[in-house]
Amino acid sequence: MFADQDLPIIFAGLMALSIIVYAILDGYDLGVGILLPLENDKQADQMIASIGPFWDANETWLVLAVGLMLIAFPSAHSVILKALYIPTAFMLIGLILRGVAFDFRAKVAQVNKHRWNQVFKLGSVITSCSQGYMLGSFVMGFESSLTAYLFASLSALGVTCAYALIGSGWLILKTTEDLQLKAIEWAKFSGKISFVGILAVCVVNPLINQFVFERWTTAPFAYFVVIIPFACFTLLFVGHLVLKQLPLKNDSGCWLPFMIIVVVYLFCFCGLAFSFYPYVVPGQLTIWQAASAPESLRFILYGALVVIPCILAYTVFSYRVFWGKVEDLRYY
Amino acid sequence: MDDVFLLSRLQFAANISFHILFPSITIALGWFLFYFKLRFNLSHHPVWMRIYRFWVKIFALSFAIGVVTGITMSFQFGTNWPGYMERVGNIAGPLLGYEVLTAFFLEATFLGIMLFGIHRVPSWLHTLATLLVAIGTTLSAFWIIALNSWMQTPTGFEMRDGVAHAIDWWSIIFNPSFPYRLSHVLLASGLTAAFLIAGISAYRIIRGDNKKAPRLALKTAIYAASFLIPLQIFVGDLHGLNTLEHQPQKVAAMEGVWETKQGVPLLLFAIPDEKNRTNHFEIAIPKVTSMILTHDPNGEVQGLNDFIGEHPPVAPVFYSFRIMIGVGVLMLAIAWFSSYKLLRNKHLTNTHLYALIAMTFSGWLATLAGWYVTEIGRQPYLVSGILKTSEAVTDIAPENVVFSFTLYILVYLVLMVAYLHTLFLMARKAVQIEEIQPEELIKLNPSSTSQPREGI
Ligand code: HDD
Ligand code: HEM
Ligand code: HEM
Repeated sequence: MFADQDLPIIFAGLMALSIIVYAILDGYDLGVGILLPLENDKQADQMIASIGPFWDANETWLVLAVGLMLIAFPSAHSVILKALYIPTAFMLIGLILRGVAFDFRAKVAQVNKHRWNQVFKLGSVITSCSQGYMLGSFVMGFESSLTAYLFASLSALGVTCAYALIGSGWLILKTTEDLQLKAIEWAKFSGKISFVGILAVCVVNPLINQFVFERWTTAPFAYFVVIIPFACFTLLFVGHLVLKQLPLKNDSGCWLPFMIIVVVYLFCFCGLAFSFYPYVVPGQLTIWQAASAPESLRFILYGALVVIPCILAYTVFSYRVFWGKVEDLRYY
Repeated sequence: MDDVFLLSRLQFAANISFHILFPSITIALGWFLFYFKLRFNLSHHPVWMRIYRFWVKIFALSFAIGVVTGITMSFQFGTNWPGYMERVGNIAGPLLGYEVLTAFFLEATFLGIMLFGIHRVPSWLHTLATLLVAIGTTLSAFWIIALNSWMQTPTGFEMRDGVAHAIDWWSIIFNPSFPYRLSHVLLASGLTAAFLIAGISAYRIIRGDNKKAPRLALKTAIYAASFLIPLQIFVGDLHGLNTLEHQPQKVAAMEGVWETKQGVPLLLFAIPDEKNRTNHFEIAIPKVTSMILTHDPNGEVQGLNDFIGEHPPVAPVFYSFRIMIGVGVLMLAIAWFSSYKLLRNKHLTNTHLYALIAMTFSGWLATLAGWYVTEIGRQPYLVSGILKTSEAVTDIAPENVVFSFTLYILVYLVLMVAYLHTLFLMARKAVQIEEIQPEELIKLNPSSTSQPREGI
């Protein structure tokens, strides 16, 4: 059913899908963690309640992305993770801290709860910064130069801010009253920084990265490259106008900011993908060079084709169950 | 290079040892929760709901730690064992992939409904979510044990240019040691959860908890343990015989047999000395090892000297094996004695309860010991006969591994302290709450605040 030479493309597509789904889903719950107000326990509770039923499944998309890379592009997996050894360790520590803080805070006495809130926030910040740093070094082809480090650090900030943005979009959707007003302010602020961030990447990236420069200035990719930043800026601008109007009566339109941000995410991701296709390790390994044996890919692909629709179905189901504004976090 | 090798091994061993503690609780605790929920659905007696509610919290906590330490595991292959994926990635990749696709998403999604959805979905759906989470954890054990067993007894593949290629997925998954290892691990999880429930419930009773819930939970756990432990010993014996067939050097290390001979005694205690290739201070029962392994008191057992350079380090395998068996025998004694008393409606004395508290984490001890036998017993190979561990290691700078290793150890220590502290804190909190909890009143009888009848 699938020709051998198509398999790497299909798997690259699946991997791209799980990365972008991860960035959106875990993006909002990391964002909620980044924004967690330490001075207001009640709001912190509500915010965490809004992601309670979802964070675990959201993180599973990361496991799937890494898994797919391991399955389909094992040599790229080792090149990338070796190059990113230290930031990966930081990211994992960050994920551990926030994952456990989430549960411990609900089960300990009030005194310690505040401390676990701090751990939750810290873990979220560490995770998003290291993911941003990893993205930056990936874009720079794992160079070890001052420019590369600076770019990666910039990217760490950028990704943290992008997560904060989508996190506030989520909160506008899921909360009411004071907290929603707060989230609107957060969204305005992080939206502005994201604007600057995307602009910076568009300017800096081709200047310091020969590979990207060539890609962005030759057809057919050049066309996309023009459309993408333009679309992002327009969307962010529209988003800003929407935020100024919110909250509306009956809370209508509370879902708009989140949706706009998701579309911005999709555009940015496409921009990245267009810049590097068909490389899995920029300038070093293409998806064909890195692919594993076709019989293994086919074995997992058939399963994936059956299972992924089921996963999507019960994910949708779970969002339906927890539809609407958050209630208090209650464990049963 | 050597430093990186040693450090990577230590880091991997530390990480997986920490990870497995939590799955070994959650796999079976999921099924216990399903049972509690079913009993509640059938009897409508609130005590089952109280038990459910107490243990679902512990489940959630253990699950969260299992998830985040598991994510660490899936990165370890790339960061520390690149050679592993390059050589056997064609086999390992799809098995890990199926674990993510069929198990992780299932458990993670329905966990949300199980923990937070009880008021949002009908009761049967909540029960179904609980069941699906239990199925998910068990499925994940299925896939990961398939991979681990394949590493012990690889079949269904061929080597092309030094890289393993799959030919027959069925025999890769159902490789010769898989059925034994999977059953042994699932039973181990059942025992771990049962002794945890029994221990924490005993702790609540000692602390003066007179409510029905801890007593009923204790009883359930003890009966479950009494049922599972003989099965575990039986399966363990079969498992050992299977290992003898495929990895005789591992069994020789487990039994501390240096010379191939007939009528081998069972060593209750000894200090293996690898330098002089002999044991000191042996305490032995004549001919029993031959009896167990060959079912003939004068049967021949191959010794380690037949495998010089190809056998694992003896002492850790030898001691770990004795720890596992020792704990197993202790479990049998305690579980059956407790069952005997409970069946005859006798009161458990305080000494008895303290013994159960002491056994709270016995499952962890036996499980870790068992894994050390299995994993260290496979050395010097990573995949038996195909890939030596030293060939798979990463070539990054040792300082990096020192750094990450230190970080992990610190975080794990803090987590362990916090986990144990929280577990007992929750038990103490549960002692103080009232027999009937406010939510129950509303649920059972929305129009009045009178006490519900305590039937059964
Ligand atoms: C016998 C069972 C067993 C064993 C030997 C392992 N695991 Fe595990 N793992 C589980 C049983 C389990 C589980 C029961 O399914 C967990 C524990 C708690 C949980 O949430 O799922 C889990 C969680 C878990 C997760 C998080 C899943 C999620 O997001 O929900 C990952 C990525 C891994 N594991 C990966 C690994 C790897 C790479 C291992 C070996 C090298 C490994 N596990 C050994
Ligand atoms: C869950 C229980 C497990 C425990 C407690 C455990 C423990 C260990 C230990 C102690 C070692 C080090 C042995 C040595 O170097 O002397 C080791 C090695 C290893 N195990 Fe496991 N293991 C477990 C399961 C698994 C599974 C499920 C896999 C893979 C599917 C796996 C893959 C490996 C690998 C790749 C190594 C290489 C490192 C080495 O040999 O040092 N292990 N494990
Ligand atoms: C008392 C009787 C028992 C016997 C005869 C027995 C036998 C064995 C043997 C032979 C192995 C090594 C297999 C191999 O590496 O090829 C093993 C491993 C193991 N044992 Fe046991 N065992 C017993 C009790 C227990 C108990 C009580 C637990 C835990 C509660 C346990 C948990 C494990 C685990 C987790 C492993 C590693 C995974 C595996 O290889 O199955 N065992 N056991």
